Amino acid sequence: MPEEYRLILKHADEDGYTPDIDCYMRHGGYETLKKALAIQPVEMDGKQVTPQEQIREEVKKSGLRGRGGAGFSCGLKWSFVDRRSGKPIYLICNADESEPGTFKDRQIIHKDPHQLIEGMIISSFANDVHLAYIYIRGEFPEGARILNKALAEAREKNFLGKNILGSGFDLEIYVHRGAGAYICGEETGLIESLEGKRPYPRIKPPYFPAVLGLYMCPTIVNNVETLCHVKHVMNLGAAEYSKLGTPNNTGTRIVCISGHVKKPGYYEIQVGHATIGQLINDFAGGLHDGRKLKAIIPGGSSAKVFKAGEKFKIRKKDAEGNDVEVEMDLLDIPYDFDTLMAAGSMSGSGAIIVMDDSTDIVEALGNISDFYAHESCGQCTPCREGSLWMSKALNRLNSGGGRQQDADYLLKIADNIPGGRTICAFGEACSWPVQSFVRKFKDEFEAKGAAAEKSREESAPQPVPAK
Amino acid sequence: MTGKIFNYEDKRREGNHRMAQMEDQQDFVVPSGLESEIDELITHYPEKRSASLMVLHALQEKFGYLSKQAIEWTAAKLDLEPVNIFELVTFYPMFRNYKVGTTVIRVCRTLSCALGGSHKLHGHLCSKLGLDPGEKGPQNTPDGKFTIEFAECLAACGTPPVMMCNDDFYDNVSNQEADKIIGKYRK
Ligand SMILES: Cc1cc2nc3c(=O)[nH]c(=O)nc-3n(C[C@H](O)[C@H](O)[C@H](O)COP(=O)(O)O)c2cc1C
Ligand code: SF4
Ligand code: FES
Repeated sequence: MPEEYRLILKHADEDGYTPDIDCYMRHGGYETLKKALAIQPVEMDGKQVTPQEQIREEVKKSGLRGRGGAGFSCGLKWSFVDRRSGKPIYLICNADESEPGTFKDRQIIHKDPHQLIEGMIISSFANDVHLAYIYIRGEFPEGARILNKALAEAREKNFLGKNILGSGFDLEIYVHRGAGAYICGEETGLIESLEGKRPYPRIKPPYFPAVLGLYMCPTIVNNVETLCHVKHVMNLGAAEYSKLGTPNNTGTRIVCISGHVKKPGYYEIQVGHATIGQLINDFAGGLHDGRKLKAIIPGGSSAKVFKAGEKFKIRKKDAEGNDVEVEMDLLDIPYDFDTLMAAGSMSGSGAIIVMDDSTDIVEALGNISDFYAHESCGQCTPCREGSLWMSKALNRLNSGGGRQQDADYLLKIADNIPGGRTICAFGEACSWPVQSFVRKFKDEFEAKGAAAEKSREESAPQPVPAK
Repeated sequence: MTGKIFNYEDKRREGNHRMAQMEDQQDFVVPSGLESEIDELITHYPEKRSASLMVLHALQEKFGYLSKQAIEWTAAKLDLEPVNIFELVTFYPMFRNYKVGTTVIRVCRTLSCALGGSHKLHGHLCSKLGLDPGEKGPQNTPDGKFTIEFAECLAACGTPPVMMCNDDFYDNVSNQEADKIIGKYRK
């Protein structure tokens, strides 16, 4: 059986481990920051390489991929930052954690806030950032208090403020609270929200945060977990760090498992070192007695659903580096970024939702669609209307007013939302569940609609036969 | 699992209605302690407008809701038009421009919690408080003590069902637990 590998949550659940700075420092906290600030410029190929460039290069070499949803290379994202504009560069930590099924950032913020702050200071130093924000969702008031206290402690020890530890580097970090809107997790919506406006996502191009972000200045938005990893990349060095996990899927990842399992919870693994089956059966204790697996959502509610028993043809590189196609059972898929993508879904925010055979799949999709109908920001017609129509059609189906053709009707709507018709990826996020649930469980959707039609027919007043 | 159907048309109409009748709070005064807290918050940002959400949180925490006066006060404080603030209050689910009970209970309605019994918990709480278990929107008890509503995923999906009472967070809430929690806030 694979074991947890705790890097980010190494201390979080230890007895007596507290979120205050003394405890963090007793466990080696802020040593990596000191190391990073002490890096000297080096000469390479006749060129002077600054400490900042060296850190950015380490992060790139580590293979670190974003843990917020898209799994985009962190080093690459940083390399897009416009450093020539002369405008200030901002860093924003995305602590909006609102993808249904996800509860990992909460653990870090509540139990080890200084790890995040240290990661943010290093990331800010590496990117010449002097003002950074933590955008935390409004429903985490306790998290905001903990972070504010931690920031005050860090300021007192001069890990923040002017001339940090005598390095000449200045940085201030503030906590900014959201107010209950999911779309604030989308990075450009988040930026609008941080500017004090409605969180309407911005269209890309031209508004790539790396060029035109907060206050139209270059901006980096990274997830809480990603920023913590930056600390570990600098602590271990890129070479050591990238030995964790699997090629192109390096490091560790906190996987949140919820739904119909015996031991729901968060488990930190080396990326790709446990399969979906192992995560569900070994880590999360398996299904409840007597129950069979029905479906798995592998990466937060936006990810396409997997049906129990599905098989996949996955393209992989063999030992010699040739492309080969292998057949894989759902439960044997290693939990990483690339294989899940190859299987037609995604590891997204690292949240697995398990549904057993007691689940009414039409109701489950109805629940998800209500979420998206409620959370669409409303800027784009396909998303605003589409998400609402889907939720209405599903509510109708679930309250006995459906039709057999509703399955196709749902697919028609869902297929017309994504693919460049909307400003942000919410369009995809709301249609993927519908596309995958309805295609994979079509018989259940049709049966529900057909049953409703039949019962309406039976209860309809019969024409009086002519004598 | 899904309960009563969302009625968006009703919601929209209700929204317009609310806009026309913003809650009037004649005796609205920001105590000087709170005002200096707010002034400090504004210094966190290179542009004043950025502080809007934080100022609204501070005011809502103090007054329980955001009245016409609170909205106008915030706008003036940040050199904005009232509509710039009003549009935030109407967009962000956590802000409200109507009075609520002393304790606002928010039960998570999203998938993992629904699978873990949160809709039953919501129903139980509603019956306990003498409210309609089938209603999804906010409901107030006549004595002004409680407001109950559904919220979307509260990021604790591994320990369902999950709910919040004002700023306090509760997970793994059984019906007995829920009764105890209500008892605590009834005082
Ligand atoms: C609709 C939507 C919601 C999102 N919600 C979150 C969120 O709650 N937390 C998060 O970290 N990223 C979220 N993201 C992803 C962010 O836009 C962004 O890609 C991420 O914060 C980048 O950080 P990373 O590169 O470190 O992953 C969301 C994206 C979309 C399209
Ligand atoms: S896709 Fe949806 S959430 Fe995104 S900007 Fe358009 S309407 Fe808003
Ligand atoms: S689904 Fe209820 S906390 Fe996430």
